[in-house]
Amino acid sequence: MSNGLKSKIFLEQAGYRQRRLRDALRFWPIFGCILLVIPLLWKPDATDHALDARALIYVFGVWALLIAVTAIMARGLRVDDVPDPTPKP
Amino acid sequence: MLGFNTVIAISLCYVAILFMVAFLAERRATQGNATWLHSPLIYTLSLSIYCTAWTFYGAVGYAARSGLEFVTIYLGPTLMMIGWWWILRKLVRIGRAQRITSIADLVSSRFGKSTSLGVIVTVISVVAATPYIALQLQSVTLAFAVFAQTGGQLWQDADLNATAMWVAVGLFIFTVIFGTRNLDANERHHGIVMAIAVEAVVKLIALLAVGVFVVWGVAGGPAEMMTRIDSSDVVLWDQNGGRWVSLLFLSGAALLCLPRMFQVLVVENADERHLAIASWAFPTYLMLMSLFVVPIAVVGLDLLPAGSNPDLFVLTVPLHEGKQGLAMLSFLGGFSSATSMVMVATIALATMVSNHIVVPMWLSLRPNEQAVMSGDVRHVILLARRLSIAGVLFLGLVYYRVSGGGTALAAIGLVSFSGAVQILPAMLGGVFWRGASRLGAAAGLLTGLAFWLWTLFLPSFGVEALISQTVIEQGPYGLSWLRPQAMFGIVGLDPLVHGLLWSMLLNTGMFILVSLVTFPTPLERLQGAQFVNVFEHSAAAPAWTTAAAGAEDLLIMAQRIMGSEQAQAIFEREAARQGKNGFLPEVTPNFVELLERELAGSVGAATSHAMVGQLIGGSGVSVEDLIAVADEAAQILEYSNRLEAKSSEQEQTARALRDANDKLTALSIQKDAFLSQISHELRTPMTSIRSFSDILRDGDIPLSDQKRYSGIIHDEAIRLTGLLDDLLDLSVLENGQVMLHVNTGNLGVLIERAIGAAGGLEDTLEIVCAPELAQIAVTTDLDRLVQVFINLIANTRKYCDAEQQRLKISVLKRDGMYLIDFVDNGCGIAPENQQLIFEKFSRVADGSKAGGAGLGLAICREIMRRLGGDIAYLPGQYGTAFRITLPK
Repeated sequence: MSNGLKSKIFLEQAGYRQRRLRDALRFWPIFGCILLVIPLLWKPDATDHALDARALIYVFGVWALLIAVTAIMARGLRVDDVPDPTPKP
Repeated sequence: MLGFNTVIAISLCYVAILFMVAFLAERRATQGNATWLHSPLIYTLSLSIYCTAWTFYGAVGYAARSGLEFVTIYLGPTLMMIGWWWILRKLVRIGRAQRITSIADLVSSRFGKSTSLGVIVTVISVVAATPYIALQLQSVTLAFAVFAQTGGQLWQDADLNATAMWVAVGLFIFTVIFGTRNLDANERHHGIVMAIAVEAVVKLIALLAVGVFVVWGVAGGPAEMMTRIDSSDVVLWDQNGGRWVSLLFLSGAALLCLPRMFQVLVVENADERHLAIASWAFPTYLMLMSLFVVPIAVVGLDLLPAGSNPDLFVLTVPLHEGKQGLAMLSFLGGFSSATSMVMVATIALATMVSNHIVVPMWLSLRPNEQAVMSGDVRHVILLARRLSIAGVLFLGLVYYRVSGGGTALAAIGLVSFSGAVQILPAMLGGVFWRGASRLGAAAGLLTGLAFWLWTLFLPSFGVEALISQTVIEQGPYGLSWLRPQAMFGIVGLDPLVHGLLWSMLLNTGMFILVSLVTFPTPLERLQGAQFVNVFEHSAAAPAWTTAAAGAEDLLIMAQRIMGSEQAQAIFEREAARQGKNGFLPEVTPNFVELLERELAGSVGAATSHAMVGQLIGGSGVSVEDLIAVADEAAQILEYSNRLEAKSSEQEQTARALRDANDKLTALSIQKDAFLSQISHELRTPMTSIRSFSDILRDGDIPLSDQKRYSGIIHDEAIRLTGLLDDLLDLSVLENGQVMLHVNTGNLGVLIERAIGAAGGLEDTLEIVCAPELAQIAVTTDLDRLVQVFINLIANTRKYCDAEQQRLKISVLKRDGMYLIDFVDNGCGIAPENQQLIFEKFSRVADGSKAGGAGLGLAICREIMRRLGGDIAYLPGQYGTAFRITLPK
C-alpha cells in the first residue's frame, strides 16, 4: 500500500519536472531574442573601437550560452509519445 | 606551385569520392542495415546545407563590408532551433502524419489538398531559389578563376560562363543519379544525405583551418588578433536596429521556408527525437562556422591590396601567404558548400514541380484512360523530376548570366531569403490557426509574391537591367507611390527592410483578412483540424464517407504510381489486418484514407486526393461529417472511437465467419454438383468401355474396327485411371502422408521441363520467361514443383480465351521467399470466383471444355503448402494470374 503511494508520488514529481522543463524550452528562445537585441541599445560611436571588441565578445558569448543551456535541457528531456520511426518498406 | 590543372584534378578526385560515399550509402540502405544513416549526427550534418557558398565565401565579405551584421544570418536559425518545441516539432510531426513531400505539399495539403496553392508555393520557391543557385555557381566559378589567375591566366567572361555551365552539368548528373533513383514513399535519399554529411564536415574543417591559420599563423594568437580587430578599419558595431531585427527574423523564417531546409529538416527526418539533439548541435555548427569570419576579414583587409574582392578572402589569404595546401582545402570547402546546397535545393524543387505542376497536368490531359500499365505514373514522375532538376539548374545559369555575376554575394542571398519567407504566413497560419482558409492563403501568397518581385527581386538584377533608373526614382508611369524602394511614399528605409516589411505586412494582412471573411470547404476544415491538433491523438473522421470503388480498381491505380510490388504489399497487409486471405481487402473508408496517404508520399496530397476521388466518384466529406470533428462533439467521438475499437475486433471475427459460411455454402452446392459430375465422369468412359467390349466379344468384325474399338477402350481406361490418380494424389496430400524428395535445381531448367511436359512448344501458346529465372536455384521437391508448373501451363492452354495466347512467367524475391508469377493475357477470373478456384471439385468454366474434374488447382495448392509455400490468385494484372510463393 505505502509502496504504491510512494511510487505514485515519485511519478507525479517526475512528470511535473518534465512539464516545467518543457516550459523552460518554450521560454528560452524568447529570452534569447531579448538578449540578442540588447546591444542595439548601446550608443554607437564610430571612433571608439573598444565597442567593436565588446560587441564581438558579447554576441558570441550569448550564442554559446544559448547553445549550452539548450543542450542541458535536451539531455534532461524525455521525448515520449513519439510515434516510432517509420520502417523502410 | 599549385597549377590550375592540379586544382581541376583534385576537384575531380573529390567528386569521385563523393560518388563512392553516396553509392555505398545507397547500397547499405537497400541492404537494410542503414540504422547509422538515421543517426542524429547525420541529421545535424545534413542541416548544414544551410551554410552554402554564401556562408563560406560571402560571410567574410559581409563582415568586411557591414561588420557584425553577418551573424544575424546564423543567429536567426539558432533561435529557431533552440525554440524547436514551438514550431519545428509540430512541423516534423505533421510531416510524418500526413506524409508531406515538400513545403508546397504542406501548404496544399493543409488547405484542402488544393492544387492551385501547390502551384503558387512551387512558383514562389523556384523563383526565390534561382538567384541562390546562381550564387552557388558564381562562387565556384570565381574560386576557379582565382586559381587560374595565380596560374598566370586572367579569365574573361567566356571562361567564367563555360565553367559555370560545366559545374551545372556535373551537379545535374550527380543529383539525377542519387536524387531520382527511386520514388521513395517517404522521400528519403540516403546517398545524397550521406554525401552532404561528408561535405558538411569538409567545409567546417576547411573554414576552421583557415581561421586557425589566420589567428595563430598570421596574427600570432588570440590576444594579438583582438588588438588587430580593434585597430582595423572594419567597423564591427554600427548597427541599424531595423536591419538587425529584420535579418534575425528573415534568417530564422528562412530556416523553415527554404525548400531545401524543409527537405532536410522535415521530409528527411527519420526520428522526432533527433530534433532534440540538433536543437543544440546545429547552432554549435553555425557558431563554429562564424567564429573566424571576423579575423579572416580583418587580416584579409590588412594583407591584401586595396580593391581585392573580400568575398574571396577565404581563398586569397592562404594563397597570398603561400599556403597552397590550405588554399586547396579552402577551395574544397567552398566547393562542398555550393554543391551540397544545389543538390538538395534542386531535388526539393524538382519534387515540387513534378508533384504540383507536371503530374496534375499529365493526369488532366488523359482523363480516365484505361490502357494503363503498372508503374506508368511513376515513370512520368521520375522523368518529370529529372527534367525539373535540369530546368532549375538552367534557370540558375540564366540568372547568373543576366545578372552578370557582379553583385556582392550577400545581397543576392538576402533577396532569395526574403522571397522564400513569403510562404511563412500561410505555413504558420495553417499549422496554428484553424480559421485559416485556402482563399486567404492564396491571397496572402500572391500579394507577398507581387510585392517581393517589385521591391526586391527585379531591382536585384542591377540598375537598368530590368527596371530603369527613372522607374526607381519616380515610379512606373510617374506613379511615385509605386516606387520599388519607396512604396506608398515612405522614403528613407533600407531597401531590404523596406521590401521585407511591405511584402510580409501585406502578405500577412491579406491572409488574415481573406481568411476571416471566407468560408472554408469541408475538406479544408477537416485538414485544418488534423494539422492544428496533430498532437491530440483524436482520430478524425475519414475524408471518404462511402467507398464505392472496387478493391481491384484501387489496386490497379496504386500499382500505376508505386509499382506493383509495393502496392501489392500494402493491399496484402490491409487484407491480413482485416483477417482476409489474398490481395483484395474490403474497401472501407479507413482503408481509402490510408491508401490516399500512402500515395501522397509519392505524388503529394493534392494529386493523390484527385486520383482517389476519380475512382471513388467524388463522394468526399460533407458538412454533416464535419460535425463529428467539431469541438462540441469531440467527447462523443472519443467515446465512440473506443467502442469502435472494441467492436472492430468482433467485426473482424464476424467477417471471417461470414466468409467461411459463404464458402461452405458454395462448396456444398459444388459438392452436390461434383457427385453428379463424378458419377457422370465415371459413367461415360465405363459406358463406352462396356459397349465396345460387348461388340468385341460378339466377334465377327473386321480387324481394322477391332483395333479402333480396343484403342477407344484403352483411351477411356487411361482417362479413368488419370481421374482416380488425381483423387488418390489429393487424398494422400491432404492426409500428409506424402514423402518429399528434396533436391536442388535451377528454376529456369524446371520451367523448361514443365513447358516440355505440357507440350508448350508445339502449339499456339507463347511462353515468355523472365531471364532472372535461370539465375535462381531452389531446394525443394523438384518433381512436385514441376507438377504445379505443368498444371498452370496446361490451365492456360485450356482456359485462356485470347486469340494469341501468351503466358508470362517472372520471379521476385521478397522477405526470404521467391514469388513466381504466371500471368496470361486472358480475361481473368471474376472476383467472386477468385477464392473458390482452389477448392476441390470447383470449376469456373463449363465442364465440357475443361475435360477434368476441377482437381488441378486444389492439388497445386496442397503441394505448395506441403513445400512450405503457397499459391494464390493475383488480381489486377489484366489477365489470369497466379502467384506461387516458395521459401528460399
